[in-house]
Amino acid sequence: MSTSRRSFLKWVAGAGIAVAVPKSVQAHDHFEGYADSYGVLHDASLCIGCRSCEAACHEVNDLPAPEKPFDDKSVLNTIRRTDDTNYTVVNKYKEGPPPKNGVFRKQQCNHCKEPACASACFVGAFTKSPEGAVVYDESVCVGCRYCLIACPFNVPTYTYDDALTPKVMKCTMCLPRVKEGKLPGCVEACPMEALTFGKREDLITIAKERMRKHPDRYINHIYGENEVGGTNWLYISEEPFEELGMRTDLGITPAPELTSGALAMVPVIIGMWPVLLGGIYVINRRKDIIAKKEKEDAVAEMKAVTTAEGEEKVKKAKEQALKQQGFAVKREVKKALEEAAKAKDENQNGEEAK
Amino acid sequence: MSDMIYTLQDFMTHTKGVVYILAVSYLIGFTAFWCFLFRRDKKED
Amino acid sequence: MSDQAVKKSLFTPFNIIAALIILGGIPIAIMRFTQGLGAVTNLDHTNPWGIWIGFDLLTGVALAAGGYVTAAAVELFGMKKFHAAVRPAILTGFLGYSLVVFALLFDVGRPWRLPYPFMVNQGVTSIMFEVGACVGLYLTVLFLEFSPAALEWLGLKKIRKVVVRLTILLTVFGVVLSTLHQSSLGAMYLIVPSKLHPLWYSSYLPVFFFVSSIAAGLSMVIFESTMSHRNFHDKMDAHHIEASRHVTFGFGRAAALVLAGYFAVKVFGLALGNHWDLLFTGYGFWYQLELIGFVAFPCFLYALGVRDKNAKIIKFAAFWTVLGIVLNRLNISFFCFNYHLPASERYTPHWMEIGISLFVITIGLVVYKFIVTKMPILHQHPDYPEEH
Repeated sequence: MSTSRRSFLKWVAGAGIAVAVPKSVQAHDHFEGYADSYGVLHDASLCIGCRSCEAACHEVNDLPAPEKPFDDKSVLNTIRRTDDTNYTVVNKYKEGPPPKNGVFRKQQCNHCKEPACASACFVGAFTKSPEGAVVYDESVCVGCRYCLIACPFNVPTYTYDDALTPKVMKCTMCLPRVKEGKLPGCVEACPMEALTFGKREDLITIAKERMRKHPDRYINHIYGENEVGGTNWLYISEEPFEELGMRTDLGITPAPELTSGALAMVPVIIGMWPVLLGGIYVINRRKDIIAKKEKEDAVAEMKAVTTAEGEEKVKKAKEQALKQQGFAVKREVKKALEEAAKAKDENQNGEEAK
Repeated sequence: MSDMIYTLQDFMTHTKGVVYILAVSYLIGFTAFWCFLFRRDKKED
Repeated sequence: MSDQAVKKSLFTPFNIIAALIILGGIPIAIMRFTQGLGAVTNLDHTNPWGIWIGFDLLTGVALAAGGYVTAAAVELFGMKKFHAAVRPAILTGFLGYSLVVFALLFDVGRPWRLPYPFMVNQGVTSIMFEVGACVGLYLTVLFLEFSPAALEWLGLKKIRKVVVRLTILLTVFGVVLSTLHQSSLGAMYLIVPSKLHPLWYSSYLPVFFFVSSIAAGLSMVIFESTMSHRNFHDKMDAHHIEASRHVTFGFGRAAALVLAGYFAVKVFGLALGNHWDLLFTGYGFWYQLELIGFVAFPCFLYALGVRDKNAKIIKFAAFWTVLGIVLNRLNISFFCFNYHLPASERYTPHWMEIGISLFVITIGLVVYKFIVTKMPILHQHPDYPEEH
């Protein structure tokens, strides 16, 4: 799949770094996502918990059959989450009057516009496809499970019991089917039209239209319109979303923005730390050298005073230095002094060589 | 399509990638520059 | 040495316990790789990271910070009197990081793919990409920094000379890489504002992790020098015994300062998040225990020990700081992660996970003991007198 991985190096390899600089669609680094991407609107008020979507999902994606059949309603007595044997589950959150007999919600990957899993994955195994699906590429996955950590909806799951080829399991929005022009399995199977497939922008319009028509029925919020930067799976409901097991405290910040600041500090540290540390090193080395020279000078002076021979040598050295280099810099004098001292040292006790 | 960026995620993939390459080159370059800057000093010491 | 003497030296309590732990770990390791993670861990889809990440990786990396801290102090900041502390610190750093990577082989699903993020497909937007790159490179740097000791032991003078010439370069690289990955381990949690308790979640997380790693490094060096004194006294020469005194007081003073800074930054972070109200909840008291009991308290102890020239207090402060770092890393990865979920959906480590962690640590201790006994770590090699 050519779009399954759009790694940075491939861009560069494509045409060379200077030519292939991609253009941003929006100015000021603000990104609206793929304009014509698809999504699904889940109207929880229409869901009857029949689990047809779960059955269809299993069939379409070749998932293992569950212990209890899909028409066994007792499954709905406990709140389940997606695991490594399914991509979607429907839960009953409240008892209710017939014909629905409760309040239900379907959960699966919400296909974020700016997916946290993709931002977190250090091997780029997740890609936001132009069709709107967030797809996972098993062929590169290392199995660090950072995507499971990062996902604010706890969507990705891991096949922990697989020893050799463990992988992440997650709804694909039936991307292969969508590309063929078909509906996602769950949407096709839903008998209540609680799921609507379409372009994300159209879905928002539809959702708003339903709310306008039935203001007393719906909570005035489209879950997923702005949550964590927006998701391609959208929800409307007649019950408050927190009562449907959905977190309403996720905020609207897209995942990549949470880490961009820290990532931006990386080059600063790479750029400035060597300068800073190198500078400190140089300062300290200078100090050491100066201290050493001062010490040596002092020793030389002491010895020069006590031994006439030494004095003569120092003088000679000084004169020589002056003659040879005219107005020689102080350091040269120091050096000569040092040499003289050293020479004398060597004369005196041969073992003390540096 | 590949020359257009629609998501922040793809934008960051691109920019951070460029920065990583630049950063590694800088580390190598800085080492060389350091040697260039201090070599004469070392000989004097 | 007679056969009897060899036998006697092999059956020490340390060796027996180490052998038992390692023998016990091997079947768990085999289970892990033949039956999968599920067979030996309590990890699930909601809690994908357990103690192998929270303890072995996060805590392990922080406690192995002594290498870069000591090398920087001596080689770059010119504190030559701590010179004798460099080698033991580099050695523990090198072993620490090696163990972190070794433990990681158990944790990731397909460890043989660990080079993939760098060789196959670069996920550059991930903080973990940076952590991985830096840890990998730093392990190489530590290996090179450590290699002179091994080369002296092996008598390879020429190669040793080349490596020694690179000391400054390696130290600078080591500090750059350590700054990056120590802070980035904290930054890895920036992506989970909805899962990590707000008292611990902060945009300062990378700063917290970096600063506390310095305190951890300093404390570990003091702690290790205490342990070496106790266990390898016969391996230390006069030079190292003298330096160990300097290290206790010098590093104690530094640790007091760093902990004071760390405390301040933690409080600033709290203020910026405006989470004062949470301080008097259950998690709040836990937070206060960490901040006051394991940051402010050891900071004060260090200061007291330095002022009174009391090595005992400093050594206790070092131990206490190390505990505090362990607590902090476990808080972030474990106690305060998924704080919003009911207890039934939280993670508690499986005994086999603890078994593997013990297995990994024991291997580290055995290797450390071997190296310290054989190589010139706690004493100078007679052929290579001090060269600075």
